Amino acid sequence: MVENGIGASLKRKEDNRFLTGKGNYTDDINRPGQTHVYIVRSPHAHATINSVDISAAKAAPGVVAVYGGQDLIDDAVGGLVCGASVTGKGGEVNKTPPRNVLTIDKARFVGDPIIAVIAETLAQAKDAAELVEIDYTELPSTVSTANSDADGAPQLHEECPNNVALDWELGDKAAVDAAFAAAHKTAKVELINNRMVTNAMEPRAAVGEYNSGTDEITLYVTSQNPHVHRLVMSAFMNIAPEHKFRVVAPDVGGGFGSKIFTYNEEAICAWAAKKINRPVKWTSDRSEGFMSDAHGRDHVSTAEMALDADGKFLGMRVNSKGNMGAYLQLFSVSIPTLFHGFLLAGQYTTPAIYLEMRCVMTNTAPVDAARGAGRPEATYLLERLVDVSAREMGLDPAEIRRRNFIKADQMPYQTPVVQCYDSGDYHASLDKALGMSDYDGFSARQAEAKGRGKLRGIGLSSYIEACGVAPSAAVGSLGVGVGLWESAQVRFNPTGGVTVFTGTHSHGQGHETAFAQLVTDRLGVPVEQVEVVHGDTDKGQFGMGTYGSRSLPVGGVAIVNACDKIIAKGKKIAAHTLEASEDDIEFGEGNFTVAGTDKTMNIAEVAFTAYVPHNYPEGVEPGLDEIAFFDPLNFSFPAGAHVCEVEIDPDTGTLEIVNYTAIDDFGVLVNPMIVEGQVHGGLAHGIGQALLEGCVYDEDSGQLVSGSFMDYCMPRADNLPSFNVDYCPTVPLHNPLGVKGCGEAGAIAAPPAVINAIVNALDIKHLDMPATPEKLWRAAQAAG
Amino acid sequence: MYDFNFHSASSAHDAAAKLAASDDGSVMAGGQTLIPVLKQRLANPSDVISLAGAGLSGITKNGDGVTIGATTTHAAVAGSGDVPAALRSVAEGIGDAQVRNRGTLGGSIANNDPAADYPAALLGLGATITTNQRDIAADDFFTGLFETALNDGEIIKSVTFPNATKAAYAKFPNPASRFAMVGVFVAQAADGVRVAVTGATDCAHRGPKLEAALSANWSASALDGITIPADHLNSDIHGSAEYRANLVIVMAKRAVEAAG
Ligand SMILES: Cc1cc2nc3c(=O)[nH]c(=O)nc-3n(C[C@H](O)[C@H](O)[C@H](O)COP(=O)(O)OP(=O)(O)OC[C@H]3O[C@@H](n4cnc5c(N)ncnc54)[C@H](O)[C@@H]3O)c2cc1C
Repeated sequence: MVENGIGASLKRKEDNRFLTGKGNYTDDINRPGQTHVYIVRSPHAHATINSVDISAAKAAPGVVAVYGGQDLIDDAVGGLVCGASVTGKGGEVNKTPPRNVLTIDKARFVGDPIIAVIAETLAQAKDAAELVEIDYTELPSTVSTANSDADGAPQLHEECPNNVALDWELGDKAAVDAAFAAAHKTAKVELINNRMVTNAMEPRAAVGEYNSGTDEITLYVTSQNPHVHRLVMSAFMNIAPEHKFRVVAPDVGGGFGSKIFTYNEEAICAWAAKKINRPVKWTSDRSEGFMSDAHGRDHVSTAEMALDADGKFLGMRVNSKGNMGAYLQLFSVSIPTLFHGFLLAGQYTTPAIYLEMRCVMTNTAPVDAARGAGRPEATYLLERLVDVSAREMGLDPAEIRRRNFIKADQMPYQTPVVQCYDSGDYHASLDKALGMSDYDGFSARQAEAKGRGKLRGIGLSSYIEACGVAPSAAVGSLGVGVGLWESAQVRFNPTGGVTVFTGTHSHGQGHETAFAQLVTDRLGVPVEQVEVVHGDTDKGQFGMGTYGSRSLPVGGVAIVNACDKIIAKGKKIAAHTLEASEDDIEFGEGNFTVAGTDKTMNIAEVAFTAYVPHNYPEGVEPGLDEIAFFDPLNFSFPAGAHVCEVEIDPDTGTLEIVNYTAIDDFGVLVNPMIVEGQVHGGLAHGIGQALLEGCVYDEDSGQLVSGSFMDYCMPRADNLPSFNVDYCPTVPLHNPLGVKGCGEAGAIAAPPAVINAIVNALDIKHLDMPATPEKLWRAAQAAG
Repeated sequence: MYDFNFHSASSAHDAAAKLAASDDGSVMAGGQTLIPVLKQRLANPSDVISLAGAGLSGITKNGDGVTIGATTTHAAVAGSGDVPAALRSVAEGIGDAQVRNRGTLGGSIANNDPAADYPAALLGLGATITTNQRDIAADDFFTGLFETALNDGEIIKSVTFPNATKAAYAKFPNPASRFAMVGVFVAQAADGVRVAVTGATDCAHRGPKLEAALSANWSASALDGITIPADHLNSDIHGSAEYRANLVIVMAKRAVEAAG
């Protein structure tokens, strides 16, 4: 066993700098001669822009430049792009209305950027912004997910009649209809997946800088994927060619999906820096973040299940609408379709599934991937429907799950909705979760709570997700515009230290530690001598970034593959030095050894020899520095069983989570402490969605009502219990490291576990998220 | 934030003079309300006059009650052995530690947020507000949404809380802001039973119906069957008027139970 290798709960290397205030975030970066940009945004949800007068702003003190959308177009800067082309009903691909960096003739949501004011100081830019005169004609707006496609609804884009961007279907409708016709019973639930604002602790920010000597643009930006930022801004927006464009994503304080995308303000910083030949900085304040960060979720759905007399699922039918906001962001329509529909089988053998998903445009901020991205929506819908089915059948929720689970010996299992699961033992996870949460003892606890005037409920969530995003050919065939492989470079320095370049990006996940452990495990180099580098297109090779729980399952494999190349080359060098045949060299715990002898050479000595190749094998290149690209063969399928137990005060609707048990199958745990942290964070996110968070736009005015933390409720530590976390791992067929990904699981699993516990406590069929005290109070009153 | 002139006042008198000398000045105590408003450019005072050095902080107990200086922080009140438990619990329940370490009693009542906690305590204990100009009974002080009886240029120096036989505060926090969605302060005060409600309407007010019921019978069950009409109550995305009406009764009962 190598010390501090895979399986060690090593304290996070990066926390030294984070906890001592030495983190280097985008807003910490200040460049000589820097200017500040402030964005004038639409105060209206929907309005025609008749005219804009910037003359007073331009003349204001300290103003360097004032730009509108036409200025970028005149410089041949392209609009923001949607990277998804998903084929819907009738072979029709989603309609993608164009989006200028700064909107010119129409504003389509509160916060839509219109004018960029650049000044010596931020205060001067804000002062001047108040002098920009925009003449609007307000138009009626539509924010509703359910009704924006109705006849007579205000229209956002000519390209999208009835505000429909895509009508998509999945599955065998005839088979599902037949299943319902033959059903013993059916169950039905109508539900809303509430809209969320991700609210990373660090707001979005960008600093653009131009070097006229080299004609190179550098953009420091809060990004989960700096190479993708560069690619999009180069290939589609024409900001600069890739080889003259450096994108740096330094320390980033949380992303949760919202920092995947290329945003207006970032493009302005990069473009304007060259235009005025001075650095340009923008940092979002929290109010701007609420308005302009991509939001998540926002589905309305009707889900139905056909059951036989034993409670076996025969078929499932889902009709949904997904809110896309005012413009299609980068992944946009692929989230409610591919990333949602393909998970609708869940852990069950349901033979026939049919989904209709309509993607609608509304006068709200764009909606895109947010932690889980489509999979939380699928899991919530399915796990709620399963509980409603149990209620309909008079079966215990655990029992109906057991009757329908895919069995471990059925793996790999082809679902009717594209995905083929490679591993998992759902019975085992559930049994472990039920045991740990003392499910059998629940009725006694419920009775005891009743004596105290409290309503106690217990709820299950048997979730599955598709992570390790993603096999390039598979996603390409579905309309995702990129490959989703990952890359790594493992570079030995002559003195034996190792620098690892990864194409993924860490914005809180602890890659610098976990990835170093992979190298230590594989190469036997002490973990202190391994430095993981990410987030700079000038430092590392191309990479696709971090989202979809892909960094370890895809990026981690690339790292060990590069390590294996190091070992292969090292064997040649060691064989030469040790005067043995390459075939006789064994490698382990950092040492190359001639089999059966005590002749050995440490990997650091091999590295030194590679850089000082005085006595060196013929035909072998000097240096010890290897790159690997890894394209996964399949998604990975983390899954598990969560049990939530709640108590509700019927007089006020106050809810307390009294017990939460999470049993997850993430395969191999590289750093169990980090994994547990990811589970906790994900659960906070999921419980936040279930109980507290909800982004609200006013139906009449289209104004953002929940535009600050005074009205948008983030989960706090005292909203959460002490979690019981354990694992039930199985071995994935496709992942060479045996890992599955863990960053999104909690956010996916928790919402239905919480709501199932609530409906159990109240003995009702359904309650929409967020389950606020008032909703719970009303339900408790109605239930008597 | 717009530019303004910053001053430090050495006394309430000095603050009043500096305020009078400014075009459109504003005093600042803890800044926990004023600074966020300035940062969002929702206010544009010509001058900001800090009360931090004005000598208005401190807690003095005597036989009749306790007098708390206007710039005494919530944390200081929460941590003082001289302050009755009910009032301490009000201060303890305000905001978070950072807010409690900066925010002040005078700032809170001058601001008179409809969901602020202190106004309920002042009304519930029948406190007296002492300014640089006069004494004002709490019953006359809170006049409307963010409105008080303070004149232009009038500065709060202290608040005197008379002793009560029994008192307690029950707060139902807004889940997001943690201000009071509804807070009810009950007391057997020097002049009889007092009940004050915050969070439910434009500004904190007394509850005569509840006072009558509790005067007759000081027990939670005395409030059984009393309903609060919802028509004039606040309603927002966190809670409807009907819900708040329910909370008023539930919190009043809990306060009575806590008061003993
Ligand atoms: C995150 C957060 C959470 C909060 N939660 C709560 C809560 O749960 N409950 C609650 O009640 N409050 C809450 N508050 C408000 C907090 O209590 C404030 O401290 C208080 O409302 C204002 O006090 P201040 O000393 O900060 O006043 P400042 O912000 O300095 O001033 C507020 C106003 O009062 C005026 N003023 C200040 N002092 C005087 C004086 N002596 N005489 C005359 N006028 C004066 C100022 O001119 C200004 O107009 C919260 C605030 C924040 C930021």
